[in-house]
Amino acid sequence: MDDKIISLKQNLETELSKIQNLIDLDKIRVSYLGKKGSVTGLLKGMKDLSNEEKKEFGKKVNELKGSVAQAIEAKTKELKEKEIQAEIDAMPQFDITTPSDLTRGSYHPITLVQRQCETIFKSMGFTVEDYSEVVTDYECFESLNIPKHHPARDMQDTYYLENGQLLKSQTSAAQNAIIKKYGKRLIENGTPIKAIFPGRCFRNEATDATHENTFFQMEGVMVDKDISISNLIYFMKTMLSEVFRKDIKVRLRPGFFPFVEPGFELDINCLICGGSGCPSCNRSGWLELCPCGMIHPEVLKEGGVDPEKYTGFAFGLGLTRLVMMKYGVKDIRDLNSGNLKALSQFTDDE
Amino acid sequence: MFLSMNWISDFVDLDGLDKVELIQKFSLSTAEVENEIFYKGSNLSGVVVAEIKSVLDHPESKKLHLLKVDIGEDDLVDVVCGAPNVKVGLKTAFAKVGAKIGDITISSRKLAGYDSNGMCCSEAEIGISDDNSGIMEITDDVKNGTDLKDIYEIDDIVFEVDNKSLTNRPDLWGHYGIAREFASLAGRPLKALDTDNLKEYDGLKKIDMKIEDPLCYRYSCLQVENITRNVSPVNMRIRLYYCGMRAINFLADLTNYLMLEMGQPMHAFDSRKVGKIRIKRFKKPFTFKTLDGVERNIDENTLMICNDNTPVAIAGIMGGLDSEIVDDTTTLTLESATFDAASIRKSTVRLAHRTDASMRYEKSLDPEMTDVAIARFVKLLKEYDGGIKVVSSLTDEYAYKYDDVTLSFDKAFVDKYTGIEISDDEIIKTLTSLGFKAKLDGTQFTVDVPSWRATKDVTIKADIIEEITRIYGYDNFEVNTTRSPLYPVRMDSVKSDEEKIKDILVKKYNLHELHSYVWAYNDEQKALGIPVEENIKLANATNPNIETIRRSIIPTQLCQVKSNIGYAQSFGIFEIGRVVEGVDENNLCIEKKKLAVTLYSKNENIKTLYFKLRDILASVTDDIKHKTLTFNTAKAEHSYEHPVNLNEIILDGGVIGKIGIVHPVVSKKIDKKGNVVFAEIDIEKFAKSENAGISYSEPSKFPPMTYDLSLELKSGTFFSKLSKCWENLGEDILKDTKIVDTYDTDTIHSITIRFEFSSNERTLSSDEVQNIMDKVIENLKNIGVNLRT
Repeated sequence: MDDKIISLKQNLETELSKIQNLIDLDKIRVSYLGKKGSVTGLLKGMKDLSNEEKKEFGKKVNELKGSVAQAIEAKTKELKEKEIQAEIDAMPQFDITTPSDLTRGSYHPITLVQRQCETIFKSMGFTVEDYSEVVTDYECFESLNIPKHHPARDMQDTYYLENGQLLKSQTSAAQNAIIKKYGKRLIENGTPIKAIFPGRCFRNEATDATHENTFFQMEGVMVDKDISISNLIYFMKTMLSEVFRKDIKVRLRPGFFPFVEPGFELDINCLICGGSGCPSCNRSGWLELCPCGMIHPEVLKEGGVDPEKYTGFAFGLGLTRLVMMKYGVKDIRDLNSGNLKALSQFTDDE
Repeated sequence: MFLSMNWISDFVDLDGLDKVELIQKFSLSTAEVENEIFYKGSNLSGVVVAEIKSVLDHPESKKLHLLKVDIGEDDLVDVVCGAPNVKVGLKTAFAKVGAKIGDITISSRKLAGYDSNGMCCSEAEIGISDDNSGIMEITDDVKNGTDLKDIYEIDDIVFEVDNKSLTNRPDLWGHYGIAREFASLAGRPLKALDTDNLKEYDGLKKIDMKIEDPLCYRYSCLQVENITRNVSPVNMRIRLYYCGMRAINFLADLTNYLMLEMGQPMHAFDSRKVGKIRIKRFKKPFTFKTLDGVERNIDENTLMICNDNTPVAIAGIMGGLDSEIVDDTTTLTLESATFDAASIRKSTVRLAHRTDASMRYEKSLDPEMTDVAIARFVKLLKEYDGGIKVVSSLTDEYAYKYDDVTLSFDKAFVDKYTGIEISDDEIIKTLTSLGFKAKLDGTQFTVDVPSWRATKDVTIKADIIEEITRIYGYDNFEVNTTRSPLYPVRMDSVKSDEEKIKDILVKKYNLHELHSYVWAYNDEQKALGIPVEENIKLANATNPNIETIRRSIIPTQLCQVKSNIGYAQSFGIFEIGRVVEGVDENNLCIEKKKLAVTLYSKNENIKTLYFKLRDILASVTDDIKHKTLTFNTAKAEHSYEHPVNLNEIILDGGVIGKIGIVHPVVSKKIDKKGNVVFAEIDIEKFAKSENAGISYSEPSKFPPMTYDLSLELKSGTFFSKLSKCWENLGEDILKDTKIVDTYDTDTIHSITIRFEFSSNERTLSSDEVQNIMDKVIENLKNIGVNLRT
């Protein structure tokens, strides 16, 4: 009987060495260890043996069973590894350096910069307002302390409509409405008026690389007790540093706008030359970016807020100008051109 | 406006100070200075006074002369000169050998065969006027060989102030007012103006003058005789030239000089033509020839200066040709007046004629200045033309006097407004230096505003803040945040929907956001066969292509698609912009904010493209509102709309927009092979719709049952009609329907709908499902829809 065990072992070795896949291996497993397998079969030939012999032989068969199972398991592992290796070998190395073919939408760059500004001001508790493009003379001028035939009207060449209304020449046209909208809360609850209003403005002028008849501004208004010039400078500086993500040098010059007193022109250090002077800043090192000032008492009064109790500042940031500086757009007309070659580049800028 | 530092230095001693630095300070504290500063005379040296001692004609040239000139040296100098005005005894400007004129260095050379050791110069050549007609003629008694710069103010620093930044400052339209700012900035005193004492003439006759119109605030005049001088002194001419004015003759120059010095426009009439001065308007329009020879239409609103009933000048704008000073004028009447600023402004606009005088009058000049200007004028007149004689007393009518302005405020007001600490002393010092009379009593300031600032510029306390802070310097401000309380901020619903829409369209559907103009694109639309529809127009458009305000963004977008067809095989664009849908009953524009989306594709078929656009809108609505859009067939009203495939977009039962395929006529003009679809939605209506929110339904633990129904449809049977057949049953175990198959041939249009039933409470029986389906089939039959056989 021992011979049988030995020959069985030898047979197994021979068979296993020829096996190439897991399916065949499983057949072998069945032929040895299955119910009708040869190892199991050995036990069947035990009935002629003595009890003593039976015991000893049984032990040997069990050992055989164990070693057969082990050999098959080892073979299984070997074949599995081979299979994976074959799969790896079958896959070529892909050229991930080939260019991506992205189809992506795009935002108008004004939207991107506008959102950045809005985010900054929202984080400081400002509301974001919406306002029409066609406004009345009252909204654009009268309520802003610019009566008829005031020389300040010279400064802006306004588009008038046949019905006497006009296309707003400045986002300040929304100031009166904003002050009225939030004035009650200010007076009754002490909630400061803090609002920004990004919007489109129109000037009747010839267009060229640096002049557009249609452009965006962002108006900002803050009214409360004790709002000061010092606060105004702080907010302007903070906002611009956030937008450009670096410390921005600003300077204020007196500027005349009838709806502020004092009024300022805010210049920032030229971002292209850093202040040393270049063609973009007309060699001055400074760029005019944002008229601003302390809201004129008459404007507060017209909005129903007592200028003796409250003060405030307002600014009109040139969003279009900001976009041009931020992205290096040289021709302002590109922005309204509808040209996808230019505008599809602004996929996102959060 | 150009300003001369020499001129400013007449009124404030700036010795030892960096003038350019002061100009920059002025720009930061007063008014914007243009970037380029002109260093006059800096490129000129070695030019001296020379006297022509002999003149010989060049033998071979008709133009050239051979001169010997005395330049104060031992020997006369030979020079060849082509100027027509050479003559013996003439003193002229002479560039010696080695002299520099601009980039040229003068050297000895042969000119047409003769030695020429230098150059006789015209005024234009040395940069003091534009006169290039001949060599300079020096009439002053000066020694030969004197450097020209020692006798004339050729060296100067000239800067330009942006006129727009002076709009609110009538006092800054002359050098004296500018000098006051420099004095304040430099901390040096302002000198008083040197004037003639007009009281001396009080005994002389009055001029017959009367203001007959309230638009004239003050009129001062004086008669002068025996003016003999014709050409202005060189230094006066240089200043005028450097400040951008041409010298004309002594009298005209002097009025201009006064205007540039004091900001007060003046005019001189021939007294023979103007004996009875009346200031008034005429009831009927007429034409009037101004001294520039132009015939102008004068209407009943234009204020005129008249000789009795004959107009002689347009008040504040320009004198008349007929009353101008002429060669044989012996007596002249000098006018110095102030008028209503708005009236001058309006007349200027009507006449479309803006002059240096009107520019100043528009700013509300100080009426206190009129007699001072005359006193200054007479002073200068006497200085340069000793023989003149004043023949009238100062005749002055002061019809409208501005109120004196006195402002009081507490120191706490200054502190609150500035947010920084500026000392009492500094406040008083600053205000005093600018001509204000400032007093401090305890913490209370009282400030008298000087007349030249009180015509409109400084009227309220906040104006004083500006005076204090601008001289203090904004660069010197300490910068602080506010101490306001904080409250939560809510976004406007339109704004917040807008931003979400943009994100969905860009990020999910890869569309491109574009901007466009608010007016219809006349030419571009015509090219596409889309006529510009009647709508409100701009009243003052300068370009016919941008005349009519658009009613819809779609035509604009179709133009944009056309101009972008080379960009890609397929693309989609969108814009959230404004349109005007005519005017309301109050004649006010009905402005709407719209979302417009246009898709273009060369490779997708028109139905796929149309449905893609529908799905984009459905997705936007579902994401933001958790609601479903429905559609109604619409009737085409515009040239670009497809007569069959055009639908109203319905949300909450109301129409919020339109979706459609572009009319083939227009589509072919955009691109013969491309398909174009469009949609436009009223954003405000969309934003008004409440967000239904996510309504969570628990998934059933019992197995669902499905039931497929294949239907044969006649053309024109819309799914929206079919769906009523089961939606109206109100069976809550019918959870969902889906189209799982469509089958089309030329004659048959058929769809398979899968109905899904389930309940959260029990396992459904096939009987109850069959029961419901029987009702559905019955309903379908009733509207003429049969099962596919």
